[in-house]
Amino acid sequence: MSETLSHQAVHRDDEASKLGIWLFIFTELLFFGGLFVTYAVYRHANKQAFHLAAMELDVAVGTINTVILLVSSMTIAMATTSVQKKDKRTTLILIWITLLLALAFLVNKYFEWSGKIGHGIWPGSPLLEDLGRGDTLFFGLYFFMTGLHALHIIIGMVLLAVVLVRVQKDRITFDNFQLLENGGLYWHLVDLIWIFLFPLFYLIA
Amino acid sequence: MSDKTHHIVPYRTYFLVLVLLLTFTGISVAVTQIELSRWATLAALLLASTKSAVVLAVFMHLKFDQRVYKVMAIFVVLVITAVIVLTFFDYGFR
Repeated sequence: MSETLSHQAVHRDDEASKLGIWLFIFTELLFFGGLFVTYAVYRHANKQAFHLAAMELDVAVGTINTVILLVSSMTIAMATTSVQKKDKRTTLILIWITLLLALAFLVNKYFEWSGKIGHGIWPGSPLLEDLGRGDTLFFGLYFFMTGLHALHIIIGMVLLAVVLVRVQKDRITFDNFQLLENGGLYWHLVDLIWIFLFPLFYLIA
Repeated sequence: MSDKTHHIVPYRTYFLVLVLLLTFTGISVAVTQIELSRWATLAALLLASTKSAVVLAVFMHLKFDQRVYKVMAIFVVLVITAVIVLTFFDYGFR
């Protein structure tokens, strides 16, 4: 490799990188915003059914998952502090904790979904057809929105795993940690969406 | 590369924010479990909005970053609010 090429490779623009992830986050917010509008309209049209259907969801499981996501948001935010303090060990531990909490969230979600499916509730199931339009809409939105959210959790975990490896290899350091911050910002987005999903699906009964 | 100093947020700040968020979660669960019917949903949504504002400000560093991010975030929130309000003007008066 020639000198000039290696010099070009060093160039980076942290501010542009951050602007990029924020613009992406805005598109995600508008995307989920549209789904929340859909939820609001259908709920408005099927008040009683949504109220009764929400009783099927376990508030305890929802609350535990909320706590898990809030704590994981704190740990990944703390990782941006530790990396700037040149504390690699703490940074790695914090990212690991975040990943394990994410996994715990998904395990909870798995049991919750299997419970529903075991009771004959899944999109287009015969039981929902018998229960009527309101329940079909509620659980359709429930599976779609929490499923899409879970997909974001999985993508976030992949992103944070990449960050973890790069911190390990000293490619993310105290003076070059934009990827860690961007991964954190994405993770907080996942938390933000859940902050609204939780009351709207679990707490309205 | 970067010539400006990056704000290092103390661990303590993040921990206090978490305590605040967990408290809000506890309140919203408590409020909706007791019978207050329609006001409970409103309260839970107001608490959720407050929680997300705190997450955006501290966890997502909007409080410490350049103003442009804050301005854009507020704009996006206003757009979503406008869509919800307009939709309900439509559906509410049919």
